[in-house]
Amino acid sequence: MKNRLVIVFVLIALLAAACSGPAAPAQPAAPAQPAATQSVAAEKFRIAVVMPSAVTDMAFSQSMWSALKAVQTKMGGEAALELKYSEGMFKVPDAAAAIRDYASQGFDIVIAHGSQYGTSVQEIAPDFPDTTFAWGTDVNTFGLPNVYAYTAAAEEGGYVNGVLAALLTKSKKIGVTGPVEVGDAKTYIDGFVQGVAAVDPNINVSKTWTGSFSDVALMTEAAKTHIASGADALTGSSQSVVGSIGAAKDNGSVLWFGTQQDQASLAPNLVVASQQYDWRAMIEEMIKNHLSGKLGGDKFVLQLKNGGLQIIYNPGYSLPADVKKAGDTAIEGIKSGSITVNP
Amino acid sequence: MTIETAVVPPRSPRRFNIDWADILFRISVPILAMLAALLVGAVMLLLLDVNPFVAYAALLEGAFGSVSSITQSLVKATPLLLVGLGICIAFRASVINIGGEGQIILGALMATWFSLQFRTWPGWLLLPATIIMSFMAGAAWGFIPGILKARLRVNEILTTIMMNFIALQLMNLLLRGPLMDPESVSAGTFLAKSERLPEQVWLARLIPQTLLHTGMIFAVVLAVVVFIFLWRTTIGYRIRAVGLNPHAARYAGIKVPFYQALSLTLAGGFAGLAGSVEVIGVHHRLLEGITSGYGFSGIVAALFGGLHPLGTIPASYLFGSLLVGADKMQRAVQVPSALVDTIMGLVVLFVVGSAVLTRQWSARRLAAAAKGQEVK
Amino acid sequence: MEEIFSTVVIVGILTSAIRLATPYLFASIGETFSQLSGVLNLGVDGIMLMGAFAAFFVVLNTDNLWLGVLAALIVGLLMGLLMSVISVTLKAEQGISGIGLYMFGLGLSSLLFKVTVGTVKTVEGFQPIKIPVLGDIPIIGEIFFNHNVMVYMAFLLVPLAWWVLEKTTWGLRIKAAGQNPAAADSLGVNVNRVRYMSVCLGAMLAGLAGASLSIALVNLFQENLTAGMGFIAVALVYFGGWKPKGILGGALLFSTVSAFQLWVQVLGVNIPSDVAVMLPYLLTIVALAFTMNRAQQPASLNVPFQRGES
Repeated sequence: MKNRLVIVFVLIALLAAACSGPAAPAQPAAPAQPAATQSVAAEKFRIAVVMPSAVTDMAFSQSMWSALKAVQTKMGGEAALELKYSEGMFKVPDAAAAIRDYASQGFDIVIAHGSQYGTSVQEIAPDFPDTTFAWGTDVNTFGLPNVYAYTAAAEEGGYVNGVLAALLTKSKKIGVTGPVEVGDAKTYIDGFVQGVAAVDPNINVSKTWTGSFSDVALMTEAAKTHIASGADALTGSSQSVVGSIGAAKDNGSVLWFGTQQDQASLAPNLVVASQQYDWRAMIEEMIKNHLSGKLGGDKFVLQLKNGGLQIIYNPGYSLPADVKKAGDTAIEGIKSGSITVNP
Repeated sequence: MTIETAVVPPRSPRRFNIDWADILFRISVPILAMLAALLVGAVMLLLLDVNPFVAYAALLEGAFGSVSSITQSLVKATPLLLVGLGICIAFRASVINIGGEGQIILGALMATWFSLQFRTWPGWLLLPATIIMSFMAGAAWGFIPGILKARLRVNEILTTIMMNFIALQLMNLLLRGPLMDPESVSAGTFLAKSERLPEQVWLARLIPQTLLHTGMIFAVVLAVVVFIFLWRTTIGYRIRAVGLNPHAARYAGIKVPFYQALSLTLAGGFAGLAGSVEVIGVHHRLLEGITSGYGFSGIVAALFGGLHPLGTIPASYLFGSLLVGADKMQRAVQVPSALVDTIMGLVVLFVVGSAVLTRQWSARRLAAAAKGQEVK
Repeated sequence: MEEIFSTVVIVGILTSAIRLATPYLFASIGETFSQLSGVLNLGVDGIMLMGAFAAFFVVLNTDNLWLGVLAALIVGLLMGLLMSVISVTLKAEQGISGIGLYMFGLGLSSLLFKVTVGTVKTVEGFQPIKIPVLGDIPIIGEIFFNHNVMVYMAFLLVPLAWWVLEKTTWGLRIKAAGQNPAAADSLGVNVNRVRYMSVCLGAMLAGLAGASLSIALVNLFQENLTAGMGFIAVALVYFGGWKPKGILGGALLFSTVSAFQLWVQVLGVNIPSDVAVMLPYLLTIVALAFTMNRAQQPASLNVPFQRGES
């Protein structure tokens, strides 16, 4: 009996020793103090972003990260702009911890790139009055002076894609593979349907919803079902949409219209156009504002008009000139306001 | 000879029946197993060109290094504890509850709908009523597999897995429809979240500027309640008897299917409480992803606690700390979050595998105690 | 609503169903072997993900589909060995070790994907092969005989598994190990070795299930590609009463309703999409509740075996 006790105490002692070792150099974070910029290079601007899915998701999260990287290159690289990210933060309390952590480490701008992060931003922002918080997609800045809200008028690009698809479909049947009918998936698809109807109200647009943002296998099967029912053009949203693109590719002649990110690389001769979320202008404006003392209070909306949304035609797909003209006309119409698209 | 003495090992002959050596051993084995898993994780970090010392320092700091870390761990521990308590009850009846995710959703849905529906009620009435209704909703979601098992002998692993998926779609249906925040609709953003819940139903924050809420105290109190329930009431005794030896229980006149269904129902209720606590304590509204995987990680927390309600209290806190620390590590050294998930999986495998050591220890002590006791 | 009963649609539904059933067949029959020998393996989803990644990665780099299949088998074997060590030798609580294995497989497959590939890429997977003569039969030919080779493999697995379990000594040993390990032990059967083999076989089949996704059905890999399919496969084992025929029925029921609900949405039938998505899960429960398939689970399922214990 005594031997066992001795062994147990030795184990505990070892454990205590192991724990105390690495813990010594760690500095405890002090959450309540306002951000004191770390003692790094004085001019280096620091942005951190928290996102719900993978940074390489070919969709929502990737669009923000690639914009940040592009701005970083433009500003002169790592030395001018430090970037850090937390990906896969689907769980809100984890994201809240990340946001608070970045703020307390003195990042100038903390981007909460997920519509579920609103409550977190609302609670954390007042504790860090010198930090800019940017939150999307939503329109609520909570009346706080250091919070920006941003969203994307996805229905605009949806409309343009709809026009293009309506002109290119030969079977007069178009399929839409959606995840869950909420957020910018819904608004994009609603815009798409309006675009198709504007060209030809008799074209059949059928929609499926898989009930998940991540179930790629079901998305693939949904796309195949559309194709089997006669659709020769497809569109859809979310990171699981790679499945639909794969199904189009397997079939070989079904056209794809993308959103959130340029998806041409996935099917180089079938992707006609993608609506690219281009956050660069917004990021640059936020940086500029921050440096001149304005920390928030605005709502940004990515639109065709302000360059936040761009329709990227895939050079690998040979688009007939008249179709492209119709697409450009639609773009101009939305920009000028002569065409209104309802989200 | 009663069932009690037939199937339960003789009590240890110590003062107050607390056997310190036993407890220490039982605690240190899983902790050492966890450290072994972290060691393997260190190898993986090295392969990714990351200094494991820096990484694990960040993990420790993130887990224990500040008030913020500790409160985050406690916030995470609360739903883990609640789900874990349900798992303890179910496991004691030899029933596996994998339906936690679905039951959490039902509890969260009920908490949202109920508190919005009756938003004019005063807080002292609305809050307890909401909590009770959430328990019932989760319990109902556990009851269905329970009754199917008891009456039609449909296996509960199948039904609970299916019900998880069904609950998820139910939540989608309601969140994008009747429960969607009217502000979202009018702003044209159509986001998958509900209206903000009335303030009188929010759980009070214990420490300002943190997410720590009174739900934590509630969960700990419930853990004690469950302990008393399982070890000091007739129903609890019968549940444990059914789990230890269903045949003997049946001979003693205990209706085995009834108690199995009951344990599954209770487990569902506790998971439902976890859902409601997240909604009224943390987020103050219903969001997609509300379950945060607690339906599964609650099982792990219960395991770490030896499937004992009181053990689950520290186990939930430690496991919660591990999760919080791992996130901090991911941020600090910028490793993919998938590495953290892999290490978590290894921790579970190592800890569950190390139970063999605890079992051998128990067996030896049992033999020693039997020899030591003269007359039985 | 009449549209749903037109030939095109019915053919479409059934063709999809046959295709969709493939991963479930592989994984469920594999899990059946494991469970019949007495080991509950809830980690199937994690093994499927590892198999899917292994096959995808090999095909991406070598363009050799069969090498990809081999990779999935090897990876499945390794995961199976891990599960066996923990559940059979260390006699851990099987339900929980399965969940740990799931977390590990999910994490590791995502990590490896992130680090070695990074962005989503598609591969040229197994193409449909039309079976001569049979494939030309109108309607029937299109539904059954125009699929890729992994689909055919999955369906051939059903009679093969039945034959092994009912007509070979090995099958007898597996069932004995799960039903009455003490008696089997006294007759000279090495119960733990049989369990090791069954678990590993189950895991290899789960690896194949994953490969069928990444290099035959969906032809790409993404984190959490399976999205919980492995758990459905485990559930189907109970539905099928631990018999390959029952598993076939369960997998086809589930996949047919899944295909059906997609067609319902495509045709614009006025059901909320969420209700449609729920249908396969609901109907599986209903079907099991109302069929008289009341097979008893293997008596020693989830109970580790210790020589010398009764």
